[in-house]
Amino acid sequence: MEILERKSRTLQVSIKLVFVVVGMFGFGYLMVPIYNILCDITGLNGKTGIISTVQAGELVIDEDRWVNVEFTGTVNVSGPWDFKPGQDSIKVRPGKQYKISYTAKNLADREVVGQAVPSVAPRVASKYFSKTECFCFTSQVFEANEEKDMPVVFVVDPALPKSVDSLVLSYTFFDTGEK
Amino acid sequence: MSAAADSHHDDHHHGPEKNFVKRWLYTTNHKDLGTLYLWFAFAMFFVGGLMALVIRAELFSPGLQFVDPQFFNSMTTMHAIVMIFGGVMPAFVGLANWMIPMMIGGPDMALPRLNNWSFWIMPFALAIFLSTLLMDGGGPASGWTLYAPLSLQGGDSFAFVIVSIHFMGISSVMGSINIIATILNMRAPGMTLMKMPLFVWTWLITAFLLIAVIPVFAGAVTMLLTDRYFGTSFFSAAGGGDPVMYQHIFWFFGHPEVYILILPAFGIVSQIIPTFARKPLFGYSSMVYATGSIAFLSFIVWAHHMFTVGMPLAGELFFMFATMMIAVPTGVKVFNWIATMWRGSMTFETPMLFALGFVVMFTFGGFSGLMLAMTPADIQYHDTYFVVAHFHYVLVPGAIFSIIAACYYWLPKWTGNMYDERLGKIHFWSSTFFVNLLFFPMHFVGLAGMPRRIPDYNLQFADMNMWASIGAFGFGGSQLLLLYIVIKCIKGGEKATDQVWEGAEGLEWTVASPAPYHTFETPPEIK
Repeated sequence: MEILERKSRTLQVSIKLVFVVVGMFGFGYLMVPIYNILCDITGLNGKTGIISTVQAGELVIDEDRWVNVEFTGTVNVSGPWDFKPGQDSIKVRPGKQYKISYTAKNLADREVVGQAVPSVAPRVASKYFSKTECFCFTSQVFEANEEKDMPVVFVVDPALPKSVDSLVLSYTFFDTGEK
Repeated sequence: MSAAADSHHDDHHHGPEKNFVKRWLYTTNHKDLGTLYLWFAFAMFFVGGLMALVIRAELFSPGLQFVDPQFFNSMTTMHAIVMIFGGVMPAFVGLANWMIPMMIGGPDMALPRLNNWSFWIMPFALAIFLSTLLMDGGGPASGWTLYAPLSLQGGDSFAFVIVSIHFMGISSVMGSINIIATILNMRAPGMTLMKMPLFVWTWLITAFLLIAVIPVFAGAVTMLLTDRYFGTSFFSAAGGGDPVMYQHIFWFFGHPEVYILILPAFGIVSQIIPTFARKPLFGYSSMVYATGSIAFLSFIVWAHHMFTVGMPLAGELFFMFATMMIAVPTGVKVFNWIATMWRGSMTFETPMLFALGFVVMFTFGGFSGLMLAMTPADIQYHDTYFVVAHFHYVLVPGAIFSIIAACYYWLPKWTGNMYDERLGKIHFWSSTFFVNLLFFPMHFVGLAGMPRRIPDYNLQFADMNMWASIGAFGFGGSQLLLLYIVIKCIKGGEKATDQVWEGAEGLEWTVASPAPYHTFETPPEIK
């Protein structure tokens, strides 16, 4: 009798623990969206924001302030591209939209697909930097030896802390390996 | 034990199966499985130790001598995984199997068949893991942390590594479920939670840590696997993933994991010191609460492994202070061990020597851990030999010394014979001398900037690396003596009494030596 009771208790405990195990396995995966949301909120890892043209138009332009925006572009080891910004830097008024472009040339004799990943430094500035249009929103298809101009439209939020007078937008171009 | 009692047992249960293969393959007896776990761990300590000796032979002098850098890197990686998953963890599970049912007055583990299964997965898991050395591209060489994207750039043996890690994880999760179920359900009447020996307590908490974090690790390596073979991009920036996220997920597992490797050691030392100081453990309940707090804190400090990835200042401060807070409950423990010895009538048999060596040298490792906890200092120490010195001090003269202490302490109960005390003392002193020769110089070369996981180094580090290598071979050789002592003890020796040690208290010392195949089939009375 006592042994049977003990067995059923053991079974109960074991089943509960199996749920914990399955739950924690799921939690490992849940950390992926949690991490992304945290990065969006805090601007960790220089992840930049996306806003619509309408929202961007509603921002008040700060006519008393200049912010220097510098551009860099690098190609990840695996990519066959020549990739660089069309201009090294521009001075912008916070709240006003600007359009710049990057140039990329496919150095391979075959079709390749690339994806640009943006990052903004310093980190505190990244959540005040938003794009209304960007070639980084989708992956880019290149014919063999094709050269492309790719535009970015961005706006710097006037709420950008006063201590920041210069920021760097950098893109890393990756070969996605798709055909 | 009388013949009458023997035949009485045989009415209900068979003794050990006579056929050797059947006995060890089919056994569900907690003592048999404990023995299997311990021998398996012992074998893996030698395998992992040989890998360490390859590393130390290469580092004996500057320049490339014996192995190529890729193989060197796979040695550092595999040494870690073999020692952690094949050595220390199975050794602790083996001790838990042997001792927990006897310590709480239960007849066996709660889930004996699961127990058999969780052991027999391990040899296969480790065989798959070690076989990657023979495959194209060699074994894993990205460091045991398997950081993406580096770990995704090796050969196809990577898939085998992931599968073997899954098996090891399944084994320890099943083992933990079994241990928790045993501790919660198999205690003798009157054995309340706060009367349990500390080894049982620390294992209960460790088992909870295991079932909480091993699945997270399983998830992380599954993401690596799908990133590599199924086109996902959890950690690939090109697809919108983030390599730093791997480090967060890994260390969410990895930090509790290092406490999994040390909490049972705390339990062992808390059993041994009172025995040889002939005084009850000082501050029993504070020990239990300290263990619980360490386990809790282990979940909120993980990012101190990654101070250099570029976290916000607030994050670095939080993880720094949370990490330093761990020194408080650990300090409580060290204080209690010393207070237990205070004015005790101490004797220094081999288990006590190893336990004392643990207290002293684990504390060294704890102090260098505090230094590493400081963010500004850590940026200098990160990925240097100082880190290697730190975690080897807590794992070798820490966790492994406690396992050796436990073996000496309970060996007379397991075999019925006393081990050779003179050889045991020689084993202790030579291990202690060589382990310090091996790891102490690493602090200095680390502070001077020698990086980890590199087969060659600057000439200025040559002398200290030579000493460390001599220490490594000396320490490895000393463990052959342990093997000899254990075999000699199994074969014979002075007969052990039931209590074995004059100051020993607890249920395991009330049964005969050697412990009969079945113990406490009728629950003992707890006073």
